[in-house]
This record gives sequence, structure tokens and C-alpha cells, in this order.
Amino acid sequence: MSVPALEVRDLSFEYPDGTPVLRSVDFHVHPGERVALLGPNGAGKTTLVLHLNAILQPGEGSVTVAGLPATDDNTHEIRRRTGLVFQDPDDQLFMPTVRQDVAFGPANFGVEGPELEHRVMDALEAVGMMEVADRPPHHLSLGQRRRVAVATVLAMRPEILVLDEPSSNLDPASRHELAHILQSLDITMFMVTHDLPYALELCERSLVMDEGRLVADGPTAEILGDRELMRAHRLELPYGFDPSLVQPH
Amino acid sequence: MKTAHVHALYVHGKSPVHDLEAHVKVAAMLLFVFAVVATPREAFWAFAVDAVLLAGAVRAARIPVRFLFGRLLVLIPFVLFAFLLPFLGGGARTEVLGLSLSIEGLWGAWTILAKATLGVTASIVMAATTEVPDILLGLDRLRVPRLITAIAGFMIRYLDVVLGEMHRMRVAMLSRGYDPRWIWQGRALATSAGSLFIRSYERGERVHQAMVARGYQGHMPVFNSGSAPVGSWARAMTVPSVAWVVTIVSLLT
Ligand SMILES: Nc1ncnc2c1ncn2[C@@H]1O[C@H](COP(=O)(O)OP(=O)(O)O)[C@@H](O)[C@H]1O
Ligand SMILES: [Mg+2]
Repeated sequence: MSVPALEVRDLSFEYPDGTPVLRSVDFHVHPGERVALLGPNGAGKTTLVLHLNAILQPGEGSVTVAGLPATDDNTHEIRRRTGLVFQDPDDQLFMPTVRQDVAFGPANFGVEGPELEHRVMDALEAVGMMEVADRPPHHLSLGQRRRVAVATVLAMRPEILVLDEPSSNLDPASRHELAHILQSLDITMFMVTHDLPYALELCERSLVMDEGRLVADGPTAEILGDRELMRAHRLELPYGFDPSLVQPH
Repeated sequence: MKTAHVHALYVHGKSPVHDLEAHVKVAAMLLFVFAVVATPREAFWAFAVDAVLLAGAVRAARIPVRFLFGRLLVLIPFVLFAFLLPFLGGGARTEVLGLSLSIEGLWGAWTILAKATLGVTASIVMAATTEVPDILLGLDRLRVPRLITAIAGFMIRYLDVVLGEMHRMRVAMLSRGYDPRWIWQGRALATSAGSLFIRSYERGERVHQAMVARGYQGHMPVFNSGSAPVGSWARAMTVPSVAWVVTIVSLLT
């Protein structure tokens, strides 16, 4: 058995106000897998994601990324290994140009000179955004900004790409373009979403979270096909959408 | 095209001041502010000279006067505080328009108003011509401790975020038929101040988290190193050097 790209063990967490948000969350993601995390608003998905990057520290339990436990001593390296794409690209992009924004991550890990330039160009190429390298990020469309946000973490060469609701607020064309790009990346992926067709299109496996607990883990088509489970956790399929009729990739 | 509205204090455009290196501008601004702070409060002429110097810098940076006054509104809490001092201060008192005012309080109010206005205007000139990452980088290059750099970064970012949220909330009010001439007029402000604060704070937190998530440890990476040419230093230092001469003269007389 290979070392899991991501291992979350018995993770519990509460915010300082005392409400428990994560309760004994336990799962593995193996290298090369693409896993979706589904769940209604307030389920604790974003809170879980912040643990994967050691921005939040577990109350109980542990997080391990590619064999390295996310402890205080390892925070910096954990942040390189987990490439976190935030839900709102405006929170993520802040440098004067796209090129500098993509360089920010690897530069923080000591990459410089021609190697840095190479990383930046590679990452921009992977998301099809080479031609905007010298533009300020806030002049781009939301779809383009989200692609640049993906590039900013790809440039760190992470072990796992973590995306928080990547399709939210995108128009249908940009949503489709992003799916195509994510599809083309050769990287382990953990994607938070409540866009169920998106999960089906991109991820062969899904987890369902509700009220801080994992309540299901299995092939995406099976999970979406379980009407009972979907209804019980306020996950509504779009009108007329039948997962059993969609051909998974 | 590198002209970007990167933060709310930034003025698009090209000017001799925009072209100066960030750390040179930060150093000049700090030296000027120290000169203002060290000026004795009785030296009215010295403050006048400082004000003229700043006006020159504002012109050279091509900062619109309207923009400058808009940004000076951050001073409002200080102004209110300054107005209270003559009433609350102790010691000898004097009569102005039938009001009994504390002399110490009046001096205190004058000092706050004069020094804060000059100091804040100087920071606005610097910030209006320098993008945030460059300001942070400039502070790093001047060997300013990481904690101070971090705080300065947050202050600029929060101001930016607050102004952005204020704009969004004003649009939301307008679209519901409420048209305050200024955002701080009217009852709606009282009710929105709280939510403005929370929204701004949360957004600032998320921006910081996103920086940390990409390995930010309090130091901006340097993309184009190399020191500033002597000419830059010479030009930038005119304003603070004259201000220091003025301060020293006013201290000796
Ligand atoms: N900073 C915070 N402080 C306190 N409670 C929070 C904070 N962030 C989120 N929460 C609460 O934690 C719960 C889970 O939030 P979140 O992880 O954002 O859910 P999701 O991403 O699944 O919508 C919610 O009830 C939310 O109100
Ligand atoms: Mg969320």
C-alpha cells in the first residue's frame, strides 16, 4: 500500500465559541485519486479544508500529508504540500500582476531565478492563462481569476490540490472551462463542492459531510444515486438530472 | 500595463514620485514624520513650511486634491478627540467666545491636529504612489522588524477592505432608494457600522489566511532586487531634509 497523499484521523474541532464543527472525521486520499467532499452550507467543509493546510490546528486527532504529520514543526512544509485554492479568488490574489502572484508561493519556499520563472510559466500554461501574465488580477473575469488562483498553488508543486467550491458563481461557460482544466491536471485532488454534477464529472469518489460528521464515502455515481441519503443531507440534485444516465470519465 | 487599482490609497498614474523605489519613499516618509513630531508646538512657522513642502510633494505625485481630502477623513476620530481636549484639560483657563477653555487643552488640540494632519498626509503621498506588496517589501529592505511590517500591511489592507465594503454597502442602500449625500450621514450609518466592521474584519482574515496558506511568514519575497540609484535617494530626501533643517532651527530658537 502506498503512503496516502492525505490522511485525516479522528479529527475533531470546535471554534473558540464552543460549537463543535468537526466530529471524529476520518478518511484517506490516495495518490492520484480525485475525491469530492459534498455537504450543505455550514457542514464544516471549509473548516476541514483549513486543517489540511495547518491554518487551523486539530482539537483532537491528526492530519498527515504525504506521510508528514501536520504538527507545529512542520507547518511550513505542510503548506507547500497542500495547495489550497480558496473559495473567493479575491481573497487569494493580491499582487500587482498575475505573474508576481503566481511567483509568491514558490518564492516563499525559496525558489528563485530561472527556476521560479519556469514554475510560474508552467503553472500559467497548465490553466491556459499565459497571455494574462502581466495583467493585474483584478482586471480579469471571475473565471480567469479562479484559474489564476489554481495556478498560484500549482506553482508550489503541491502533493495534493485542495479546492473550496471551485465552481461557485461561475457562468456555465467558465464552469465548463475550469472543469476541463482540472480534468487535465495530473495531480491528486480534494474538491469541496455542493455542485453535484461537478463532483460527478470530476471525481470518481465522494465523501458526504453533515453537521461535522462524515456520513458517506463511496463512488460518486452511487452516492448521488442514493436519493434517500441526498435528501437526508439537504443535497438536492438539479431538476431532471439523473446520475445513472451520465457516463463518468 | 502596470497601472492597477491595487489598494484604495493608490492613485493610478505615472509621476516622478511613482517612479521612486518603495524603500526610498518609505524612508523619506518616516524621516519627514519624525521631523514633524520633533517640532516644538510653538513653532507655527515651522509647521507652515512643512505644509508647503508636503503640498509640493502632492503636486509632484499628481495626487488629486479631492482624493487627498477624501483619504484624510481617517483623521475624523482624532479631530473629535482634539475638540474635546480644551474642555476636558486641566490647569489655567482662558475665555474664548464666552467658553472657559483649558490652555493646556488648546495646545494639546493644536498639536494633535497639526502633527496628525502633516503625518497622515505624508503617509498618503507615499501610499498613493506605491503598491501594497512594494510597501511591505520596502519596509523589509529597511530592516524594519517583521511585526511592524505585518501590522503596517494589515492596516493598509483593512483600510482598503473597509473602503471597498463601504462602497458596496452604499450601492446596496442606493439601490433600495436611500440616498445619503455622504456615507456617514444619516441613520443608516449607525446600523451599518457594526456589520461593516465585521465584514471587513472577516475579509481581512481570509486574505491573511490565503497568504499564510502559500507559505507567507511575514517577509515579502524579493522579485527584482538591486539597490536604488543615488539619484532616487537625493530626490526623495529633499522634503525630509528641509523639514529637519526647519525642525532643528525651530528647536534652537
Ligand atoms: N471563524 C469562525 N468562528 C466561529 N464559528 C465559525 C467560524 N467559521 C465558521 N464557523 C461555523 O462553523 C460551522 C461550519 O462552517 P464552515 O466550515 O464554513 O462550513 P461550510 O464550508 O461547510 O459551509 C458553521 O456553523 C459556521 O457558522
Ligand atoms: Mg465553505
